Amino acid sequence: MHRVEFILRRLLSSIFVLIGVSIITFTVARVIPSNAAAMYIGPKARPEDIARVTVKLGLDKPLPVQYLVYMGELLHGDLGTSIGTKRPVLLELSSRLPATLELLFTGMAIAVIIGVPMGVISARWQGKPTDVFVRVIAIIGVSMPAFYLGLLLQILFFRRLDLLPLAGRFSNELRFTNPINMVTNFLLIDALIMRNWIALKDVAYHLVLPALTLAAYPAGLVARMTRATMLEVMEQDYIRTARAYGIRETVIVYFYALKNALSPTLTVIGLTFAFALTGTFFVEVIFNWPGLGLFTVHSLLNVDYPAIMGITLFGSVMYVLINLAVDLLQAWIDPRISLK
Amino acid sequence: MSAIPAIAVEPEIQSARTSRHIISVIVRDPLSLISTIVIILFIFIAIFAYQVAPYPLEGAGKTNVSHSLLPPSLEHPFGCDKLGRDVLSRVIVGARPALIVPIGVVAFAVLIGAPLGAIAGFKGGWIDEFIMRITDLFLAFPSLLLAMAIDSALGRGIQNAAIALIVSWWPWYTRLVRGVTISLKERYFVEAAQAIGVRDSVIILRHILPNTISAILVQATVDLGTVILAMGGLAFLGLGTQPPSPDWGLMVSEGRTYILEQWWISTFPGVAIFVVVLAFNLIGDTLRDIFDPRQYR
Repeated sequence: MHRVEFILRRLLSSIFVLIGVSIITFTVARVIPSNAAAMYIGPKARPEDIARVTVKLGLDKPLPVQYLVYMGELLHGDLGTSIGTKRPVLLELSSRLPATLELLFTGMAIAVIIGVPMGVISARWQGKPTDVFVRVIAIIGVSMPAFYLGLLLQILFFRRLDLLPLAGRFSNELRFTNPINMVTNFLLIDALIMRNWIALKDVAYHLVLPALTLAAYPAGLVARMTRATMLEVMEQDYIRTARAYGIRETVIVYFYALKNALSPTLTVIGLTFAFALTGTFFVEVIFNWPGLGLFTVHSLLNVDYPAIMGITLFGSVMYVLINLAVDLLQAWIDPRISLK
Repeated sequence: MSAIPAIAVEPEIQSARTSRHIISVIVRDPLSLISTIVIILFIFIAIFAYQVAPYPLEGAGKTNVSHSLLPPSLEHPFGCDKLGRDVLSRVIVGARPALIVPIGVVAFAVLIGAPLGAIAGFKGGWIDEFIMRITDLFLAFPSLLLAMAIDSALGRGIQNAAIALIVSWWPWYTRLVRGVTISLKERYFVEAAQAIGVRDSVIILRHILPNTISAILVQATVDLGTVILAMGGLAFLGLGTQPPSPDWGLMVSEGRTYILEQWWISTFPGVAIFVVVLAFNLIGDTLRDIFDPRQYR
């Protein structure tokens, strides 16, 4: 299959998946609740409000029409109004997205920087004590609940060692002495643009514990998958040939094998990336991180129905797009993919 | 030589053999054996929670304010929480929603997913296409997010959290069983059954599904750790078990406010989740190395 054709097919299938996602979110948001209109207004619903929302959402019409109304709203970027904040849900989400992405990118970077070498070292010393040790660490990483690991790190680095801040994204004192101009809303970048080194250090310190907590699970997953892929690659003929030529094992593992193991590893990183998206929810709650997750949890606890349904859709669309991006990136890196 | 025994072996005998094989693999690996014992112990404790717990009433939620925030002692080895309830008893009673419910979730996911996968793989054609596109859709969601949405649409509570997780987990088994079925379809015993005119439904029930059991068992072991984490996560966020009933995830959340001084409230339920998930992952890792259900995907 030609590469362009592969990309087009992949884009097309993503569109179908997105339509399917909208049908499922529609079902959960409008069909499952016995009185969707009341859910959308909240606990203080008056009968006339319910009647008004019923008409607005088209809840008195047949299901296909309701779905079209729902899709119409979505295509206009209308995810409804949050009961809690009385502001458009889309605005709430997009204003909090940078904080979550900053955490997500840092966490994933840590996971990859730790996970890939772990997997490679494990494969290099397969069956040896080093391998066993690294594998146990990786399994511990995927067995530790993030919401408990975060608390442990807080006790250790804040309470006992007094090295890192407990929670939040930026110290309150610095808001007056060394404020950051919000340009991108990625505080690391904003502080860097301003050359505000004191603020930059403070932001980085705040980021360490949440990012580590988030990274634990993906790091373990990436390590295990990298190991498996490396072992698979190392059984191939060209590796045996390289060995026969007397090339040193270190060079074989870190150069010849790793190069071909990277493409499948990238898929795993992509999947974990999408997975870590929900991991941020717990991390944000524990570290009081003002992102999507914290907003989500507040919405869940206050039964802010429009917000919850907006988040579900928003998160799923992000998930589909991340997976799409990974596939396209992979087709670009590894020509064998588009031949399948 | 290698192909001949495969014809002669009856499917039922073969599946019995692989199940025995799984057990022998676990017994030979010390880490897996210890993990299995730990899990059986926890399941036992969960079933007999009210007989085992030192303060069963407090385990269920009865408060005892005079014992508020007592540190661990001989009477209360795990200390007491804000409302003076014995943490050990609550960890024991909390094992039910935290451990038994996820086992049920995986069981239901298998019951829904496996037959669909067998039908898809066996029938092929548009039925296969239709079933697999539906699984694609469910897999397009981050499972925890879908679970949260369903949970809030149905109302909070352990039952709805379980339903939500089943909804987001069954497609994995459909995919797995479909892969196994496609490879089984070309085996002689299936072709022979078809040749003598056995009905499709009978072939799927009697010949295909029993032979997918070992692949399912391996995958289920790996998944159980993840489902326990997800269930604990939902409980932590307040979407699972509702107070005053205990649940490990919920207890970690309840103790969060006191974590810097009264560390024991969150620590013991947190460690319980970690130990159980670790045990499942250790067994799953060993089994996967030998059987690798992913090879069918």
